[in-house]
Amino acid sequence: MSPTEQPTLSDYRQREQSITLAPVTQQIVERNAGDTSEELLTLNFGPHHPATHGVLRLLVTLQGEIVRDIKPIIGYVHTGIEKTAEDKAYWKVIPVVERMDYLSYYFNAMAFCGAVEKLVEVDVPKRAQYLRVIHLELNRIASHLIWLGTSALDLGAVSIFLYCLRERELILDLFEMSSGARMHTRYFQVGGVIEDIPAGFEGKVREFLKIMPKRADEYGAILNANEIVLQRLRGTCPLDADTLLSLGVSGPLLRAAGNPWDLRKADPYSSYDDFQFKIPVGTVGDNYDRFAVRLAEIYESVHIIEQALDGLPEGPHITTDRKVALPPRHELATSMEALIHHFKLVTEGFRVPPGEVYHPIESPRGELGCFVRSDGSSKPARVHMRDPSFVNLQALSHMAEGSYIADMIATTAMLDPILGGIDR
Amino acid sequence: MEVKREPLGPAAGLGAHVDPGALRVRSLNAHQLLRGADMQGANQPAHLKGTELERYVEERILTTTLDKTVAWARSNSFFPLAFGLACCAMEQFHAAGSRMDIARFGFEAFRASPRQADLIILAGRVSIKMAPIIRRLYDQMLEPKWAISMGACCSSMGVFNNYALVPADKFMPIDVHVPGCPPRPEALMHGVLKLRKMVQDDPDMGWRERYDAHGTEEILGA
Amino acid sequence: MPDATGLELIAHELRESEGDEAVRETVFFRGRGTIEVAPERIRAVLAHLRERGFAFLASVHGVDYYPHEPRLGVHYELLDMARVDRITVKLRVPTDAPEVASVTADSSADAPGGPQRGWPTADHQEREIYDMFGVVFQGHPDLRRILMPEDYEGHPQRRDFPVGGEPVAFTYNERDALGPM
Repeated sequence: MSPTEQPTLSDYRQREQSITLAPVTQQIVERNAGDTSEELLTLNFGPHHPATHGVLRLLVTLQGEIVRDIKPIIGYVHTGIEKTAEDKAYWKVIPVVERMDYLSYYFNAMAFCGAVEKLVEVDVPKRAQYLRVIHLELNRIASHLIWLGTSALDLGAVSIFLYCLRERELILDLFEMSSGARMHTRYFQVGGVIEDIPAGFEGKVREFLKIMPKRADEYGAILNANEIVLQRLRGTCPLDADTLLSLGVSGPLLRAAGNPWDLRKADPYSSYDDFQFKIPVGTVGDNYDRFAVRLAEIYESVHIIEQALDGLPEGPHITTDRKVALPPRHELATSMEALIHHFKLVTEGFRVPPGEVYHPIESPRGELGCFVRSDGSSKPARVHMRDPSFVNLQALSHMAEGSYIADMIATTAMLDPILGGIDR
Repeated sequence: MEVKREPLGPAAGLGAHVDPGALRVRSLNAHQLLRGADMQGANQPAHLKGTELERYVEERILTTTLDKTVAWARSNSFFPLAFGLACCAMEQFHAAGSRMDIARFGFEAFRASPRQADLIILAGRVSIKMAPIIRRLYDQMLEPKWAISMGACCSSMGVFNNYALVPADKFMPIDVHVPGCPPRPEALMHGVLKLRKMVQDDPDMGWRERYDAHGTEEILGA
Repeated sequence: MPDATGLELIAHELRESEGDEAVRETVFFRGRGTIEVAPERIRAVLAHLRERGFAFLASVHGVDYYPHEPRLGVHYELLDMARVDRITVKLRVPTDAPEVASVTADSSADAPGGPQRGWPTADHQEREIYDMFGVVFQGHPDLRRILMPEDYEGHPQRRDFPVGGEPVAFTYNERDALGPM
């Protein structure tokens, strides 16, 4: 392909056909030793379909009911988040970037704030780190609950969906208590968290932590004793850890295949090394292991939150560096410097020294990395979020090849794709 | 403090030639668009005579109890299309969950197929790649159909005013816009209940009723 | 993380095996090392680093260095899981000749470096860089737009591409902003 020839300027339908049918048909024909009697059907799982994983479009090539090839087509919720982020001051990027992977909003904010904190070289106080951990783990539980609910919905177990939403309401109440909003809370800021937790928050969290393991036991009991769920998940679509590593997959998918890679343990950030927790790891790498690993992670998150609450230190909730963090409001009435800092931060924002940094964290779906390039001004020059679902989606065709359509649906559910993160 | 509200007219210094009735902003809803009302909203049937006038009145004003009953039945049994795009879909799930139960109003039957649905709740941001598909879905729905634009991103451009998004008003008629980012499940319910009142031909004027502010709408393109 | 001396060692090894012009620059910033390489050598550099243990390609992303030439940059984030090491490899190409060898597919036996394993994880990510920046990856099995519609013109993430958007529709400019319905 010459550099001047644009590969996109040809007939749309023609291109789609040439992508799927021709090379795959050839492979099938070769595999069946020249027998061309088996017809291949390309089915379009359109962007709007009831398996609610967002607007994912799959071009599935079927031989009978066996899946031979899957081509995911994405971009249906592409929001230009990275482009919008280049236009805004650093602290205004936080709400924009939060809306990327819309189930793990604290994680998006954490990745971005971590990257900017590295660039600005500001220290996050210990109390802020513990508060961040509490909210991150609560978000992890909430994300896994929606995953469990929608996956069970796909498999047909509709009541689990309502149970999981009931628990998620409790978590969203906690978020509302600490920050005022249920989703996309802008709670994490560069240098710490925007506000300290209110009185009574700790009590409410502990109440929740008492209920959550029991509820998770219930879900496990319902699903693990259900013959249909077990038959659909056990032994279906396994993929070994080496292929997953070459595809760049991380997170619960990789852990289900046996590789215990978790950035919270391997490369701890935000005081994760102060806490004792286990990493659930699967053995076979099939759908059941992916399900079991995520369910077990809920218990581990509960354990981490308990430890964080027990050890929550006193101190400031955001860095005391006034060049980066807003001064507390009562100071504005008495201190001229505080007023000037406030003014500078709100109008222009803080300037970040030039450089490039990549900050990875462990989100509920895998390695969420944030690349920030700054050119010395108050707006970032490039923000890129390395979203785990975007990379994990490439594993779908490897996982589901050779299995039935129903298994492909179950695999898509167990993959836990979030289209907001995939399309950004 | 007493707030005095005056209808727009000479008292407001606009001059004697301005007719307050002509200043009302026409809020177009999907109903009217599909029946061919134009942007100017010339709904005064002054030019119609005789049988035309009768038919006009019949079409637009519910006089019979049967019509009222049909409208009441339709409004209490929306079948929403199970259509979630982005973050607002999560709050839509919560509206269907057990705390903020959408089923107590009768709307729990989320249909997967647009042919069986009559309400499309656009929950989330509409990108340029998705817009023609949503339009196709909306066209596949059968009359009578309504549309709710949930959240800031599809109502206006929301947080992301950039190249990749389209506000839903640009390609399909929307009946109710629900603001929020994302709107709470209660806010979505409020929007759906407003739509219900609209379908019963009793459009909820909201704050204008509470503050007795009828006739104080803004001037459009004077 | 390889510290500054470790980074220099790696750069030295690369220069030894790939030639002096392969490595253009090394930067050690905020505890992480970055090696800038010549775009022609990227496959060989990544293969060499894979031998050294950096077997996980975490991210491939593009950057627009406008107004500094060469404008378009591609960053490869590598991770060594055994030693918990990260290193960044970057290259820069100008806008008028934005070709880079794709690292996705395995190279065949008759390629100059011999048969080499590719990095399948770079598949969608290179497509995204093509879509957003216009960098053409030669040897990519399926280079099409991934996020924008297939017939979109322009590369949105470039710094000289306008952010776009709609004028906000208030009542006074409703007709102009929304246009004829």
